[in-house]
Amino acid sequence: MADDLKSTVLHDAHVALGARMAPFASYNMPIQYPDGIMAEHKWVRENAGAFDVSHMGPFFLTLNARSGDHEADHAAIAAIAETLGPRDLTGLKPGQIRYTVLLNEDGCMIDDLMVARPLIPERAGMLYVVVNAGGKERDFSLFEAAAAGKATLTRADDRVLIAVQGPQAAAVVAEIFPEAAALGFMTLMRLEYEGEGVVISRSGYTGEDGFEILVMPGVALSFWNQLLSDPRVKPIGLGARDSLRLEAGLPLYGHDADETVSPIEAGLGMAVSPSRRRKGDFPGAARIERELSGGLTRVRAGLLVEGAPAREGAEIADASGAVVGIVTSGGFSPSLGRPIAMGFVPPALTEPGTKLSVIVRGKAQAATVTAMPFVPHRYYRKALETV
Amino acid sequence: MRFTKDHEWVELSGDIATIGISAYAANALGDVVFVETPEIGKAVKAGDGFAVVESVKAASDVYAPVSGEVVEANGALSDTPEMVNQDPEKDAWFAKVRVSDPAEVEALMDRDAYEAFLATL
Repeated sequence: MADDLKSTVLHDAHVALGARMAPFASYNMPIQYPDGIMAEHKWVRENAGAFDVSHMGPFFLTLNARSGDHEADHAAIAAIAETLGPRDLTGLKPGQIRYTVLLNEDGCMIDDLMVARPLIPERAGMLYVVVNAGGKERDFSLFEAAAAGKATLTRADDRVLIAVQGPQAAAVVAEIFPEAAALGFMTLMRLEYEGEGVVISRSGYTGEDGFEILVMPGVALSFWNQLLSDPRVKPIGLGARDSLRLEAGLPLYGHDADETVSPIEAGLGMAVSPSRRRKGDFPGAARIERELSGGLTRVRAGLLVEGAPAREGAEIADASGAVVGIVTSGGFSPSLGRPIAMGFVPPALTEPGTKLSVIVRGKAQAATVTAMPFVPHRYYRKALETV
Repeated sequence: MRFTKDHEWVELSGDIATIGISAYAANALGDVVFVETPEIGKAVKAGDGFAVVESVKAASDVYAPVSGEVVEANGALSDTPEMVNQDPEKDAWFAKVRVSDPAEVEALMDRDAYEAFLATL
C-alpha cells in the first residue's frame, strides 16, 4: 500500500522541516510539524500558516469553440457545470468564486467544490474548479461526461496548491504579490511568480482571511521557501487544518457529508441557488425541494461537549436518553480549550442551548447545541455579493 | 522503572505499582487534551485497557502493564492533562495498582532494553 502513495512536489521539504507524514487520500501528507497541532492551530489564528494542499483536485474546464462573446462563452461553460449541481454558476462575475456541491440522483453529495470564473475577460469560456482529493478521479470523469465533447478538462493537480491562512496572511502575501491585496473573499486573479502563471484566490478552509495559491511545480519550492522565510509564517499540517475547519463550523467531505447526505442536511443550503431551485434542473432536485419545504429529518448542528472529546461515530442522545443522532466530526478546540463536535440531529433539536448528550466509551456526557461557527469567521469581505 | 512494548512504565514500591506512559509515547501522541483514569477499586489484568489518553486528533488506550487492584488515580490529570507532555515519566502518573504478582513487573523491559526496543521502531 505504501508503494502506491503519491507525494506532492514539496514532500522532501516537509521531511526536512521534521514533519510527521501519513497517508491521506492516497497521498503521503504532512500531518504535523515539530511544533505540534495545538501550537500550529494557535499560530494560524494569530499569525499566518502555510499549508501544502496539493493533494486536492484543481482543474480547468475550457470551452472547445469560443464565440468571442464573453458573456455567451461564460454562460456556455457554466451551463455544463450546472448540470452536476444546484448552484447558479452562470451568474458568476469575472474573478468570482462560488462554493457548490455535486449531487447524485438522490440529491446527496458526491463532493463539494469551488468553481471560479477567470478575471481576465478574454478567458471567458473557462472555469477554474477545485474538488476534494478523495474523489477527484471520479469528479474529473463527471465533468468530462457533462462536457460531452463541448469542453476540455485540463488537470492541474500536478501543480502545487498552497494555502496561506491567518490574520497576517494578507500582509505576507502582499509582499510577494502586491496586486493580491485588491482581492475580496471568494475572488481570484492570475499573476506570475518567477515568470510562471499563478492562480491566487482569496479563500480557504480555516475561517481566517487567507489565500489559496496554485503554482507551477518548477517554482513551487522557491515559493514555499519564500513564504516560510517570513517570520510571520509557519508550516501547518493537516492535523491543524482539521481542527481549524472544525472550529470554523465547516463540513469535511467524507465525514460530515457523503453520498447519503443532502446539502440541506449538511447545512449547506447556500449551495442551492433560488433560481435553480425554481427550475429544479439538477440531480435529486425533488429531494432538495422536499427538504426545503419542511421535509427535513436531520440537520448538521454544533455541540459544546463536556468531558472527553466526542469523536466521529459517537451517538447523540436527547434529554430522555433516546439516541437521536450521530457525531460526524469532533475533537478538541484549541481556541476554546474544550471539546466541540458537529453531527446530525432532528431539526427540532437544533435550537442553541438545547441540552443533549454524547455517548463516549459507553458513558453519556453533557452536550449543548450551539450556533456555528464555534470561532467567528474573519474573512476579508468586499462589496461583491454572492448569491 | 520498567517498560512495556505498548509504552507504559511501571515503578514498583513494595506491592504498589505506579503506572504511566513513557516520554516516547507522550511525544508520539502530541498535545494531550484529556485523560480518563481508572476507578479506584477496579481489578485490572495485565494487557487490559485501563485508561484512555486523548490528543487533539485521536483517543488511545493505555493498557495495564500488571495485574492487580487500582488503589489510587492521579486526579490532577483531569484538570491539567498537558502534564502528560510536560512530565510523562514522573508527575503525570496515571494510577497506582496493588500488584497481585510482582514477578509481572520483573518480566518487563528495563530502561536499556526499552531504549533498544525504541531503536527498532
